[in-house]
Amino acid sequence: MTTVRSRLLPYLLLAPSVAFLAALFLVPLIQTITLSFSEDGVPSLANYTRMVSDLNFGLAVRNTFLLVLTVVPIQIVMALAMAMMLQKLPRGRDVVLWIWTIPLGISDLAAGLVWLAILQDRGYLNSALYGLGLIDGPTAWLTYETPVALFFGVLVAEVWRATAIVLVILFAGLQLIPKEYKEAAEVFGARPWTTFVRITLPLLKPSLQTALILRTVLAFEVFAVVYAIGGTNFPVLVGEAYNWQRNYQNTGVAAAYAMLIVAISLGATVVFLWALRTKPEQQA
Amino acid sequence: MTFTRRLSPAARLMGAGIVAGALLGPMVPASAQQQDVVFLSTQLRPIEEAQKVRSVILKGFPGKVTYLVEEPPAFDVRMKAEGQAGKRTISLAGALHGELQPLVASGDLTPIDDIAAKLKDRGIPASLMDLGKLGTQQQMYIPWMQATYIMVANKKALPYLPAGADINALTYDQLEAWGKAITEKTGKRLIGFPAGPKGLMPRFYQGYLYPSFTGGVVTPFQSAEAQAMWAKFKGLWQYVNPNSTSYDFMQEPLMAEEVWVAFDHVARVKDALTQAPEEFVTFPAPAGPKGRGYMPVIAGLAVPKNAPDAAGAAALIDFISKPETQVKTAAEVGFFPVVKATLPADLSPGIKLIAEGVDKTQNAKDALPALLPVGLGDKGGEFNKVYSDTFQRIVLRGEDIKTVLAAQASVLKGLMEATKAPCWAPDKPSQGACPVN
Amino acid sequence: MNALRRTVYFTGIVALCAWVLVPIYFIALGAFGGRIGVFRWPKSILPTDTSLAAMQLFLQVEGVGQAMVNSIIAACITMALSIALGAPAGYALARFTFPGQNAYRLLILLTRAFPLAILALPLTVAFIRIGLYDTAFGVALIHTALALPFAALVSASLFQAIPRELEEAAWVFGCTRLQAFLKVVLPLALPGIAATAIFAFVISWNEVFAASVLTVRNRTLTAYLLTVLAESPLHFRFAGGFLLIVPSIVFIFAVRKYLFAMWGIANR
Repeated sequence: MTTVRSRLLPYLLLAPSVAFLAALFLVPLIQTITLSFSEDGVPSLANYTRMVSDLNFGLAVRNTFLLVLTVVPIQIVMALAMAMMLQKLPRGRDVVLWIWTIPLGISDLAAGLVWLAILQDRGYLNSALYGLGLIDGPTAWLTYETPVALFFGVLVAEVWRATAIVLVILFAGLQLIPKEYKEAAEVFGARPWTTFVRITLPLLKPSLQTALILRTVLAFEVFAVVYAIGGTNFPVLVGEAYNWQRNYQNTGVAAAYAMLIVAISLGATVVFLWALRTKPEQQA
Repeated sequence: MTFTRRLSPAARLMGAGIVAGALLGPMVPASAQQQDVVFLSTQLRPIEEAQKVRSVILKGFPGKVTYLVEEPPAFDVRMKAEGQAGKRTISLAGALHGELQPLVASGDLTPIDDIAAKLKDRGIPASLMDLGKLGTQQQMYIPWMQATYIMVANKKALPYLPAGADINALTYDQLEAWGKAITEKTGKRLIGFPAGPKGLMPRFYQGYLYPSFTGGVVTPFQSAEAQAMWAKFKGLWQYVNPNSTSYDFMQEPLMAEEVWVAFDHVARVKDALTQAPEEFVTFPAPAGPKGRGYMPVIAGLAVPKNAPDAAGAAALIDFISKPETQVKTAAEVGFFPVVKATLPADLSPGIKLIAEGVDKTQNAKDALPALLPVGLGDKGGEFNKVYSDTFQRIVLRGEDIKTVLAAQASVLKGLMEATKAPCWAPDKPSQGACPVN
Repeated sequence: MNALRRTVYFTGIVALCAWVLVPIYFIALGAFGGRIGVFRWPKSILPTDTSLAAMQLFLQVEGVGQAMVNSIIAACITMALSIALGAPAGYALARFTFPGQNAYRLLILLTRAFPLAILALPLTVAFIRIGLYDTAFGVALIHTALALPFAALVSASLFQAIPRELEEAAWVFGCTRLQAFLKVVLPLALPGIAATAIFAFVISWNEVFAASVLTVRNRTLTAYLLTVLAESPLHFRFAGGFLLIVPSIVFIFAVRKYLFAMWGIANR
């Protein structure tokens, strides 16, 4: 009796959220999948051929991957460093934590505006460079003629906006590592770096996994900031999906883009789940 | 003990959320049930304009109006969704010709011939009323207000005009020479176009560039004239500010002096003109070998099918198309009357600049009006994409003109055949789908 | 050596604070700089042109108060729902090995991986039919779908990091599973869960798309401002952006003790 119940328990705990998502998300999702594989009501791959042959498709794929592969590692390293620094802080931890988590509350659109104010021709960056005598006047950094500068602009804005989420997840995880482990390591004379690599990091694996998965999935979803800064010069996958849906009013191709994004995100998730797996029994 | 103490603040926080949700959630819809005409518009969205609509333009209307604004894509979703679900909240929709067109295909508009009949004596030109039929036999919208695109130049650019050029009768060659002179003297590229993600650049190709050089929009898409035109435009682009692909509105780059010479919709340069009327001049877009192409912009008022307050909507349309309301609209927000009405002499200097630019455009000797696309249904966006992609490939990526035009022409052909849209001016009328030669 | 390290350490902390705060200061300058300030060159780091005009106009726009109330309602419901649904799921993921748990993880991530705008039309139609259209509650439901993956995954890693032995010890002392959870596990996890709830609140507060498509009159503040904002002159956009940032900053400040409470546990 008890065993049956405890075997059912996890499913009972999951049931409400599954029911909720099924009603709210899966039904329209299935409609959309069907839509992506049909043309005028007939099953067809036309939407996918249309997507792949589009002018911006290759660029969007390249830009999206470039962005995710640079932004996510930078954010993980930064957030990890910030969390470790925070832990050592003798006083004023709550104020510093508060300041570092402020970007959590900032929407994509506002973040795009913030960085536009800094990076545009007459922005604060150019004003500073001008003050230092490095440039002669307003200079454009965000055009199709300066793709490298443009990419760095988008990168910096993304790192600024979304590192706080990683920080909070990792910081919360760090709190839950029992102090005794570190004390033991210190007793045996381990150097701080060794303690970090051998003890902290492995124990932080569940939090790292969560942070990586969430951040990667969210990074594939980015476009408001990118479009605020890069205009039409830096197409990304989600931006293309929105364009097809909203500007070209072709829901079929938009749905095809959406399916591609989901497939890539799921692929990344599976990789992280596998690479950072921890068995519950091995838990500290 | 310690545990319970720690538990309490967080628990209170969440408890408060649950209570607030449970108490307030169900009460919300009840509060919105007031008798008012919900007027949803894709036009006059910027905050100052929307406030003027509420507090000045619609002020004298006897009933209660809720004026709401929405970006075009969300407008489209909302209109279609309300139709599919069979429950309307919107009684009056105000949008551009091109934004109302897909709603005919989806059956979300109700014919309003009766309202059109009542407004006969207002003097709305027959050509405008015809556009309001959106390719059907019945009146689908009543023209609301009109606008067009103009060029704006900072007065600092005027000394660089090529010798003998009349700013009000420029050609594309002269515009290029002008840009070249400016770049040579200042070292900067100071011509600007709204080619950003939300910019209206496709209208420039369809209403200005193509008609001026080829005398058409669809049929001569890949003609020899079109090839020469793209080569010409690519030459001009050397003097265009590379930030152009991020500009949605030209008023800001104009005010920031990032550009000195710009092309855009009047509503999108209005802020610069009203803020600093003494710094700018307005003039028509350049002319090509076939004339001076220009495209009128028409916004219309339509009544959705099963509108909750159709009578209120009719009354509101009647009110909005009164000459005095129309004049007020022009004076306040810079969109011009569709009815017979004389603008007051005391227009503010910025609005006056707009009026002059529009007037010089419409009354130019070589003016070549390009009508708005009719009959494209929900393919209007993809139609625009054909032109933007062509620009992207030829001008920005430097691909071979002939190859690009041939490839894009086949996409365009597919669109025209799918929608069976007949040609519109300045293309020659066609039987059936407009041909792409 | 030690002094050098301390200097580097504190410089790092200050630099990272500046990294977050300085850009916000710049947008504040833009918001209060008026029309002219936006175009000034070179820009000054100090406030030079100050004007409250843009801010005032925003606060005078009809319906801002009601929109604010709608935003708070939607965010509170989102917070409550996403914890109520997500925390049990997180516990299940952390404590049990069972067939289908990875499938579940994938399912909830799918909601975040799928661009919401693509679902707008089917969702809107469905909401109108059920009568959830144009209500703060309806908006909250969609926002819950967005916040749920956070709630479930973050609480899973929270529960996972609470030693199993503590719970098992409680069983040994005669607690039922539920009692052990309530008395031992929950108090340890609560601060983290509270922090998760705050994210849910913030996610809802900032979400524009669903909020603007699913409502007509009962707009949330973000949706209400942004539809008006999108095509307004730059200084209005800065003002609007700033106006949206402020409540989030205040809210995170108000609950910083909960974020901080996590520290208390580890230091115990």
